[in-house]
Amino acid sequence: MTRLELRDVRKSFGALEVLAGVSLDVGAGEFVSILGPSGAGKSTLFQLLTGALKGEGSMRFDGAPLDDHGARFAFMPQRDALMPWRRVIDNATLGLEVQGLSRRAARQRVAPLFAGFGLAGFERAWPAELSGGMRQRAALLRTVVQQRDMLLLDEPFGALDALTRAAMQRWLETMWQGNRWTALLITHDVREAVLLSDRIYVLSARPARVVSEVAVPLPRPRTESAALAREAAAIEAGILDTLLGQPIPISRSSDGELK
Amino acid sequence: MAVSFDPMRGGIIPASDRLSEEGVGPSAIGESRGDIQSPPQGGRSAVTSALAKAVPAVLAFALLLTAWELYARLGGIAPTMLPAPSRVLQQAWENRAALAENALPTIRATLAGFACSLLAAFILSALVDFLAPLRRALLPLLIASQTLPLVAIAPLVVLWFGFGLLPKILLVALVTFFPMMVALVEGYAATEKEIAQMLAAMGAGRWRIFRLARLPSALPYFFAGLRISITYAVVGAIFAEYAGAAKGLGIYMLSAKNNFRPDLVLAAVAVSSVLTLALFGLAVLVQQIAMPWENARSGKAGREARSDPSAQDRP
Ligand SMILES: Nc1ncnc2c1ncn2[C@@H]1O[C@H](COP(=O)(O)OP(=O)(O)O)[C@@H](O)[C@H]1O
Ligand SMILES: [Mg+2]
Repeated sequence: MTRLELRDVRKSFGALEVLAGVSLDVGAGEFVSILGPSGAGKSTLFQLLTGALKGEGSMRFDGAPLDDHGARFAFMPQRDALMPWRRVIDNATLGLEVQGLSRRAARQRVAPLFAGFGLAGFERAWPAELSGGMRQRAALLRTVVQQRDMLLLDEPFGALDALTRAAMQRWLETMWQGNRWTALLITHDVREAVLLSDRIYVLSARPARVVSEVAVPLPRPRTESAALAREAAAIEAGILDTLLGQPIPISRSSDGELK
Repeated sequence: MAVSFDPMRGGIIPASDRLSEEGVGPSAIGESRGDIQSPPQGGRSAVTSALAKAVPAVLAFALLLTAWELYARLGGIAPTMLPAPSRVLQQAWENRAALAENALPTIRATLAGFACSLLAAFILSALVDFLAPLRRALLPLLIASQTLPLVAIAPLVVLWFGFGLLPKILLVALVTFFPMMVALVEGYAATEKEIAQMLAAMGAGRWRIFRLARLPSALPYFFAGLRISITYAVVGAIFAEYAGAAKGLGIYMLSAKNNFRPDLVLAAVAVSSVLTLALFGLAVLVQQIAMPWENARSGKAGREARSDPSAQDRP
């Protein structure tokens, strides 16, 4: 069942054309990635979805136009956007408080989730006391507890070192398997997209349009076997060729039969 | 805007210097993933390091006083020209009743003026944050208010408002309002864009975003402005009294000068300096209480530096 449906979404800032007609779908319980170079307009697309910006084209959710902005999505911005003046638990409850829950009730709802997010014992810590990976998990916790229909994750691991990022990607894969969130992930990391996604939309450089849609039909978890890693590597190579504009031996909707 | 404050540079002790004497952080041993830390622990001995930091300043001050003392005594200079610090201190003690009696109105005027200025800065800065046209109308006016020479303005304000408390409050407010106002307005603008966007996506309105994000974001800026303001406050009150008052340090200095008693002028100056320093210290204290996460930040940096494995593994 298709939940989010974008058709020919366009956005310009004055003379600067950023999105030149982006169409994409996200189904219920599906993990979809948007992969594109820096400055392509990926974050701009999220701002259109959350209603921070207005653009042209059709954006529908469950068949209805997206006008009551914000209510559908739990949005995790590009930087973790943790408030340094709030303790970790109060950062995690922020969305619930904005929804009208009392701080007490919000804390009670959030506290049991800390262990699963690897943050047990850090409820009363300040964000500045957390490592980079922990900050991202706290930001993700703040995002998922809002219990919206869909997660919008803007480069959640972009600022982490390679090792932490790999650990976080595995962790997110496990978390997603347990929860089956409907999620749209922005990334410029090809490996991350292949590891986490059911489908990947590859965007061109600005003005952005979808240059290729890649299905990733690999079983999960994808980090377990060497055979899976080889298949994943083949998909990665295909996407990289697309992005770098070389002749590509990869079909538009790959079904795993890759050279 | 010409005036700007860097909250990272203000303050007596730079945050990065405050860490050197902190307790031992969590050990790196037994961590399977570099990502996992043990929960933060409290209890540090920042006080001792702060005291150690103060030593050079105290030494420099003592040296200055000693040089002055020697020059005044051995240089054959009349005490009516340049009294030695020891004489100032002794006269201050002898006239302690009069000094205290005159310090009280000054303290009252300073605190009342500062409180008014603080309140006005918060209300006006919030208004200006919500109404952009008001901002464009008011800020040039406020900058213009800072070009008024206090020497000329003080007697006029006394002429208009009499010898009571009101003209003092107005003059203190005039000199302390601007740094706090500018700091707050800049602080609101320094709110992280992503935080505001995220709050909007959560469904928060403008007032909510102001309260949850813009106001706390402005706190470090506000305190930087406050520290600057507070050093002007006592001076502002003294200026107002100088222009006309029944009692106060300003009028005390004036009459001491007219009686050829520079030692008493300097004694009153010392009292006003102590007042300013006390207010400044109070501001720093309030900041540390109001912003406990700032201490956490420097604590983290200290722990990280210590548990850096590449540094530990060296023989
Ligand atoms: N509010 C804005 N006004 C003008 N230009 C903008 C604005 N937001 C983004 N841009 C421009 O749009 C382009 C795409 O930005 P962004 O969506 O953040 O890229 P990405 O997230 O893909 O790296 C960039 O060139 C950026 O400078
Ligand atoms: Mg971006």
